Amino acid sequence: MNAKTFAAFVGPSIFLMLLFIAAPLISVFMQSFYITQPVFETVQVETCTPGFPNQTCVTEEKVQPVLGEDGKVITTVKYVGLESYVNVLEPDRAWAALKALDFGSLLTIDFWKALRFTLTFTLVTLPLVIGVGLAIAITVNNATRMIRGPIIFISLLPFIITPVIGALSIRWLFIGDGIMTAFLEWWLARDISMFAQGWTIELLMMFYRVWHVAPFAFVVFYAGLQTVNQDTLESAVIDGASRWERLRYVVIPHLMPLIVFISLIHLMDSYRVFEEIVGFSSQAYRISLQWLTYDLLTPDDSGNRSISRASASAMLTMIGIVVLLVPLLRKTWRDHKGGRV
Amino acid sequence: MSSPKSMQQPMALRLSSAGFLAFWCLLASFPIFWIAVMSFKDPIDAFASNPLSVIFGPETVATGRGLSIVSIVVGAAVLWYTVHLAVTKLPRVVTQLTPPELIVPGWIIGAVVFALGFLIVFFGILPPVLGVLNSVLGPLGKPILGLTTEHYQAVWAENAFYENFINSLIITVGVVTVSLTVGTLAGYGLARSGSSLAFWILIVALVFRALPHSVLVAGYLPPFINSAEILRPILGEAAPTLYGKPWAVIAVLVSINQPFTIWMLRSFFQNIPNELDEAARVDGCTHFQAFRWVIMPVMWPGVITTGLFSFLLAYNDYLVCSLLLDAQNQTMVPAIAGYFNRETTTTDQVEAVAAAVSIIAPLFLLIMIFQRQIVSGLTAGAVKG
Repeated sequence: MNAKTFAAFVGPSIFLMLLFIAAPLISVFMQSFYITQPVFETVQVETCTPGFPNQTCVTEEKVQPVLGEDGKVITTVKYVGLESYVNVLEPDRAWAALKALDFGSLLTIDFWKALRFTLTFTLVTLPLVIGVGLAIAITVNNATRMIRGPIIFISLLPFIITPVIGALSIRWLFIGDGIMTAFLEWWLARDISMFAQGWTIELLMMFYRVWHVAPFAFVVFYAGLQTVNQDTLESAVIDGASRWERLRYVVIPHLMPLIVFISLIHLMDSYRVFEEIVGFSSQAYRISLQWLTYDLLTPDDSGNRSISRASASAMLTMIGIVVLLVPLLRKTWRDHKGGRV
Repeated sequence: MSSPKSMQQPMALRLSSAGFLAFWCLLASFPIFWIAVMSFKDPIDAFASNPLSVIFGPETVATGRGLSIVSIVVGAAVLWYTVHLAVTKLPRVVTQLTPPELIVPGWIIGAVVFALGFLIVFFGILPPVLGVLNSVLGPLGKPILGLTTEHYQAVWAENAFYENFINSLIITVGVVTVSLTVGTLAGYGLARSGSSLAFWILIVALVFRALPHSVLVAGYLPPFINSAEILRPILGEAAPTLYGKPWAVIAVLVSINQPFTIWMLRSFFQNIPNELDEAARVDGCTHFQAFRWVIMPVMWPGVITTGLFSFLLAYNDYLVCSLLLDAQNQTMVPAIAGYFNRETTTTDQVEAVAAAVSIIAPLFLLIMIFQRQIVSGLTAGAVKG
């Protein structure tokens, strides 16, 4: 295939990706160094109220935005350097808190709070997703052929349904005196309210994520199990390997590439955790990095979006993605070079 | 098929693995099943702490809205017969009536007609007939299972949820069509080109896939809001404000989805033997002709699978739609946030539940019809590494 035909085939896709992924990235990077703000002017305003015998007039200075000819507020763009980053990171407070070893006050800063939650969330759910997915795949693989179809159908449900709704459906089981809360209260014989403190919400969010992603891991592992070499398994049996040893030394090594694959996808996806925050309305207790950017982008009460701070927080989020991807890219690069030599 | 004795599982292991599977199935389906049950009950029943009163809905029954034994039996029979028809008769009728090259539109029309027929019978004819039956039959006709559709009526009719539904429809149809058209071409090109450039495009696409969507939206927002002024020098007075326009969101979602789409389609195209298009090239076709006449007829399984995932992305999206669309043309998923943030009365809460169930019902159908394609799509990228 010559270069021209290749360009014709790939062109539209590349164009879209450049326009809507690469260009926004660059513009976010630029935005994070500038702030856009309305131009204010100070005017003397004389307000008079009717009175007798004379009007009472008060002259006061008022700060008001300058309006352009079309009646819109005139804005200026100003270079502020790293100020937006400083606003997001609040290094002074963070450093003071770190020096005093006071993690509680460090976590009152939105960014560090979000980072703490995002990392905990990612690292705790990862092994659970792999473990649960693997367990389901192995048991389904051992089950009779007839029930496999229905089980795959049911397992796909949590994976396919809209994430926000999935989170909501779990929330509704626990909210107020919902049946799960009632059950837990009866079981543990104490009062429970799942949404009154942070850590219970965090637990529910992690539970939701495992519930949501384990089916994906299950389907991938299940497909992998179909290609396990039966001869190797049989020879392991002849050599007297127990069930556990066969799993440990034959099946798991065979699935290793898939485990790495699932881990990577899961790391990328759970680093972007967002829908849980919406579904569980946890923003008062737990926020994630992506939610932080989202929140800054949402218009506040006066209708302003803090684009600059949002851009700064977006760029900081990107650092995590880069850290995550560098080992992967290095490996691909080495494979690519090795493949050509 | 009998396995050798040494491979057979001991009783304890079989029991515990059966127990584990049963537990998993319960866990996977329970929350969804439960909100579906809740959505049909009075608020008092829906949020009752006793599970039995959620299922049977005594408060709902007390106000005279419910199903009698007769209704349940007849309704179940109709449902079972519908499924039976859909599995046996429908494929036969569709294949008989449509010529092979129009099989996809044929199926769409067949499915729509079938669904309409079912809706008319189930919601139009059945209730009055059962009303008469119940009044004749005495004790058997007494309602025992509380059921009310009033929350659905409130959501869809009074709160105009159908507008959000139409917006969702526009956006998903747009995203699926455009991203498949663009993605198929690119996927084919990448699969057939062994060049280093193709490799790098795929790697960059992988990096793009990992980007959080909020990062990208932070880049879109300022230009989208001011696009009328930015584009005026080029387009004159016709310059549109991109913010709040469904087609702008379609373009955004298509692009965000592109990395995934081209990776997936590329792996499907690699499974189509190269000899096919080489044969066409030998016969004098250009690359485009080979693609049109040789590859297109055999690529549909891969395209359908990728289309399913594009559909899911567009349908399930919350972040992009909620930030780039305004309240007038919001899609279903962000619109539901309006319900549960409002949640002042328990009726509001049950309405939110009903809206949520309405959103996931189409997905449920989707898995039923396309389970095989979804599974093959999930494994396509993974098994090859």
